[in-house]
Amino acid sequence: MTTGYIIRKNEYHDSVFLMRVGRRLSEHKGVLQAAALMGTEKNKGLLAEIGVSGAEISAATPNDLILAVQAENQQTLTAVLENIDPWLHPDAGRAIRPAIRTLDEAIAHQPHSNVAVISVPGAYAAREAQKTLEHGLNVFLFSGNVPVESELALKEYARERGLIVMGPDCGTAIIRGIGIGFANVVRRGPIGVIGASGTGMQEFTTLVHRAGTGISHAIGTGSRDLSDAIRGISFLSALDALESDAQSEVIVILSKPPGAQTLEMLAARILRCRKPVVACFLGLRKDLPVANIPYYPARNLDEAAGLAVQIATGNPPPCFQVNSPELGALIRGERSGMMPQQKYIRGIFAGGTFCYQAQQILQDDGIVVNSNAPLEGNRQLFDPMRSVEHTLVDMGADDFTAARPHPMIDPSLRRERILAEAQDPQVAVLLLDFILGFNSSADPAGELAPAIVEAKDKARRRGGYLSVVASLCGTEEDPQGLEQQVKRLEEAGVVVFPSSARAAMFCARVATKLREGSYGE
Amino acid sequence: MASKLDELLEQGPIAINIGVQDFAESLQNQGAEVVQVNWAPPAGGDPELIELLEQLL
Repeated sequence: MTTGYIIRKNEYHDSVFLMRVGRRLSEHKGVLQAAALMGTEKNKGLLAEIGVSGAEISAATPNDLILAVQAENQQTLTAVLENIDPWLHPDAGRAIRPAIRTLDEAIAHQPHSNVAVISVPGAYAAREAQKTLEHGLNVFLFSGNVPVESELALKEYARERGLIVMGPDCGTAIIRGIGIGFANVVRRGPIGVIGASGTGMQEFTTLVHRAGTGISHAIGTGSRDLSDAIRGISFLSALDALESDAQSEVIVILSKPPGAQTLEMLAARILRCRKPVVACFLGLRKDLPVANIPYYPARNLDEAAGLAVQIATGNPPPCFQVNSPELGALIRGERSGMMPQQKYIRGIFAGGTFCYQAQQILQDDGIVVNSNAPLEGNRQLFDPMRSVEHTLVDMGADDFTAARPHPMIDPSLRRERILAEAQDPQVAVLLLDFILGFNSSADPAGELAPAIVEAKDKARRRGGYLSVVASLCGTEEDPQGLEQQVKRLEEAGVVVFPSSARAAMFCARVATKLREGSYGE
Repeated sequence: MASKLDELLEQGPIAINIGVQDFAESLQNQGAEVVQVNWAPPAGGDPELIELLEQLL
């Protein structure tokens, strides 16, 4: 075994591109491990941890590309490192436009631009966003790790000029049928949505699509917009815009509970809205502070979609019956091979909102869970890497995504976690989410299916049965194809639900039955 | 008067993508107009130098 590296000075690439390069290299015959990353201090630390260091690496800057390879022998290592270009540019010539390096050049090239999509590292994000706002562009800010005071300054600047900042930490938008960031292919229609959560909006828009109607616009705001620090600046801009937008007949608001003052202000604004408003504040356990306001409260994303569809079309979509005989039979089937010590649910989520919503649903059934992102009343996980009793983990949280892409793109950490949970004989149910759409992994189900089969095998060898329950967020029109993804999971023995709320309700039922002590009847 | 956000909703996105190139590609695949900026950290990513440059400009 031998290790080597190559450094390319002043050759910057984004993290998603580099992840793909690293993966391609790792799959090459004779390569044991490979990493492609920029020379930031954090990345240099990660390399040192796997024994890759040297004076050249110490001297590398965030603009310098480092490719590190561990190979079976020197011959393979030399062959890879001496001919690196084909690995970096396997599809050379696919570039979108002539090389443009500055915002000024981009505006000169496309002077009628109306939005900047920014996904640079957090430390540079506010600076880039401010520059684009000064040029009169709306901003979709995907980058995270932007200080709250920078967010406030950007949003105040934008609001005064009739612009919006979607973000920071904004994953999803759909504007006039065009998805930005992580978005699904959904029909256009009469429902406008404003969301603090990207995956929440993906789930909502796909549920609306699957119910036969569609979306006018979906406007992301970033997760902190409704905090009292930001006071809902982007929410208010989006609400104004959807209220005057001719296509939007119903407006839907999706968020975790807002700050107390912001909630009061938002409720007063909803009161004045000329269009019906459906509000889903996940985790909010009390009514809005303004009495008798004409809005429709929804407890979860499914309810929000159902209400919006009913208002827009006059026809409610079919209701999910968790107590139906069919589901009862399915629950009995899943429980039948389990051993008495199997009692816990382990949720391993790519979508933070799905983790949060599942906690609320389990809590409604009296199930307290541990989480790295606990809902009020649940327990903070001491070590995010290690599950305890019932545990739901948001694998998209900072604990897991430092220096690596989000689990919606990179399945490796979820794969490892599935296998780790399978070692624990007390685990009864694994709860997973799969998110399709633009910019998600090309085959999310296929990437985790082998690990799921292996996990189930482990339980079987112990004499038990591991139930794996999943939700699939997507549409048939998505690049991955919904039906094909469902099929892949079902072949691996997974019970698949069309929404995260339904999957969580099913798990709650299984756990409740196990708590009651009925096994394998 | 229509705001810039109203215009965005009316016209659909005409985008300048700064960062992850996949985002530009997915916009283009959906038929949207998009320009990709091949961004790199300013001043070689040196925070002190960036601050100095900001003060000068």
